[in-house]
Amino acid sequence: MKKMNDITVSVVPCSANPIIFDETKCIGCGTCASVCHGDVLLPSTEPGQHPIVCWPGECWYCGACVLQCPVEGAIRLEHPIMNRTKFVDAIPEPEDK
Amino acid sequence: MSEIKWPYANEFGQEETIESDVLILGGGIAGCFAAISAARRGKKVVVVEKGATIRSGSAGTGFDHWESACTNPCSRVTSKDIAEAYVDEQDHLSNGIMHYITCEEGWDRLCDLEEMGGKIRDTEDEFVGADFRDDETKLMFAYDYGSRFTLRVWGKTFKPALFKEMKRLGVTVCDYTEATSLLTTEENGKKRGIGAIGMDTHTGKIRVFKSKATVLCMSRPARLWLFSPDLPGLSEFRPLNSIGSGDAMGWRAGMEFTMMEKSVRAEFSAAGSSFPPYAAGNNHNTWYACTMVDSRGVEIPYLDRDGNVLKTVKERYYPVEGQKFFLKGGVIDEPKYEYRGPETMPFDELMKRGYKLPFYADMSRMPKLERDVIWGMMIGNEGKTAIPVLQYFNNKGFDPAKKAMQVYGTGWQSASFSDDERQFFGAPGGIMHDWDLKTNIDGIYAAGDQLFGSDCAGTAAATGYYAARKASAYTDTVELVEVNRADIDAEIERLYAPMYNETGYSWKELNSAVCKCMKNYCGAIKNEALLLQGLDLLKSYREEIVPELCCHNPHELVRTHEVLDIMDVAEIVLNSCLMRKSSSKTLNFVRSDYPEMDPVEDHHFITIRQENGVPVRGDVELDYFGDLKTEYEKRNQDYINGGKK
Repeated sequence: MKKMNDITVSVVPCSANPIIFDETKCIGCGTCASVCHGDVLLPSTEPGQHPIVCWPGECWYCGACVLQCPVEGAIRLEHPIMNRTKFVDAIPEPEDK
Repeated sequence: MSEIKWPYANEFGQEETIESDVLILGGGIAGCFAAISAARRGKKVVVVEKGATIRSGSAGTGFDHWESACTNPCSRVTSKDIAEAYVDEQDHLSNGIMHYITCEEGWDRLCDLEEMGGKIRDTEDEFVGADFRDDETKLMFAYDYGSRFTLRVWGKTFKPALFKEMKRLGVTVCDYTEATSLLTTEENGKKRGIGAIGMDTHTGKIRVFKSKATVLCMSRPARLWLFSPDLPGLSEFRPLNSIGSGDAMGWRAGMEFTMMEKSVRAEFSAAGSSFPPYAAGNNHNTWYACTMVDSRGVEIPYLDRDGNVLKTVKERYYPVEGQKFFLKGGVIDEPKYEYRGPETMPFDELMKRGYKLPFYADMSRMPKLERDVIWGMMIGNEGKTAIPVLQYFNNKGFDPAKKAMQVYGTGWQSASFSDDERQFFGAPGGIMHDWDLKTNIDGIYAAGDQLFGSDCAGTAAATGYYAARKASAYTDTVELVEVNRADIDAEIERLYAPMYNETGYSWKELNSAVCKCMKNYCGAIKNEALLLQGLDLLKSYREEIVPELCCHNPHELVRTHEVLDIMDVAEIVLNSCLMRKSSSKTLNFVRSDYPEMDPVEDHHFITIRQENGVPVRGDVELDYFGDLKTEYEKRNQDYINGGKK
């Protein structure tokens, strides 16, 4: 078989950065990579290291990685800038409608 | 970019055979309940799931509404009331069987979930005294607090509970395995399903699944019109890998579909046109019935179905006097008068009266329990909201008691799309089936989003369980069959082909091309010449582009086969559109060459299947399923009389 013995992979960048690891908190257990819907994370081949966000553009922003992570705050989900909904202080009801 | 080391084994060229009584393709809510149903009947069960079952599927990280739970102890309606209302609401181009099963058995599945550790009641007494809560059972209702057939549930807890139960029952779960084709044989001149082929998405290993019966529990189609090569994960409402592979493999196997000509103007694509689902202010579904204000702070009025302004928040949740119930939810857009509930004043009227944009969803003006149930319980359990909406915006300082969330666009979808950008939303087409949820191929059943006209997690749960019950009974009448080696070899060759090319086209380039083809030739206004052009272009892609597709690893190979499946689904859609030679309001279907709307002679189901590469049309009368209550009870006496477990 021509290419079957040679699996190659490199990070496919995109315009956003959906999954951010806190290296001081991550214990490198790999749970996040093992629950990802779209399989966008590749387990690190270095023991104790967090997975590689190999295909960030394929992230569905479901948060399963954060939900299943055993350490609070080790993974953060961040929306693309364009998707950060605007909110304001509640506007008081005008006296004269 | 520097290369990284592939962390999984290389198992291209390796193969294993896995036998089961009941094979479940897709491990979402429908697939998990199908597996549990068959396992409870003592069957050997295998689940094939492309992601990881513990959180996979459209409802993997949660859902908040359980629709049509008509048999819950607080319900004031019958299954007959609601199932028949849905059929009537959709002008009978509706799946009555699916609706009745959801109405009649949905509550039983919720009870199952509770036993497994899922949360279906306000056990912490967070909402004591709320209008939407029954203080005795601690059940909580949504939309119509009078009739109480839609429940608010903590769906975030469901998938892990289902996964644990499947493991406890001894179900074999093959995660990260992509089902790629159905295996069939001919028996007495009739096609019969005998299993499926799958590929490990990490290693490339081939899995041959031999089964007595198969239940298709995969997603509805997607990415036919909407695709972002930069942010493909946000192209559609549902997960990236939920793109209709079940439909595609069914089509290749000769399965029959209906209503595939139906599509709606796109409503969601956070890759550009819209915001993350439920993250923008609105007053529908999860956000119903949020108080809305304009930019001056003037409240936007809610009206009853006769146009009377409602004075209190409470009134938004009750039918008008003399009305037994109203319909709201995933597939209800502009309901008929009979089923219409409260709604904000129409957008055009608001503009005419001088209301100022932008609008805001302002929960600070709502009673505390109504506010807390929207932001915290519902947003926190619906779809993908726990982390990307609730946690995200709380961390950014959003406080529903003090802040207001901006509304974009004019509807709950928070975006503006062109008419030619389409989506499978609002009870789209799917697999045609009988009262056993059996497809036209013996031994192959379907559930959840695979069924035509279906929607919502309650349907997935109820029909998954039901289909596997019928499939289990079928396995008692048949034996496992040897699979034809030539069929396996042909599928392996098809699957691995893009790995042999050193250079070539990427899956993203082809997906973009298919979507442009569909926008140009199968957009809002269809006609024969354009539809034929679309088919012709797809044919040229098959001949010229597909042989030149190139992949470097199993991950890319999976994505590539998804696009090939999308092409198959596009072919079903284009051919279905050609077959309906009139227009239809119910199906959102406009033919410029056949403009007549819903003529009597065409007001029925048109079915489509493929035979020897040629699309074959069928015509099925409306209400082919008969009287829903009578027919259901005729076929399910065992279940009704103590067979719920």
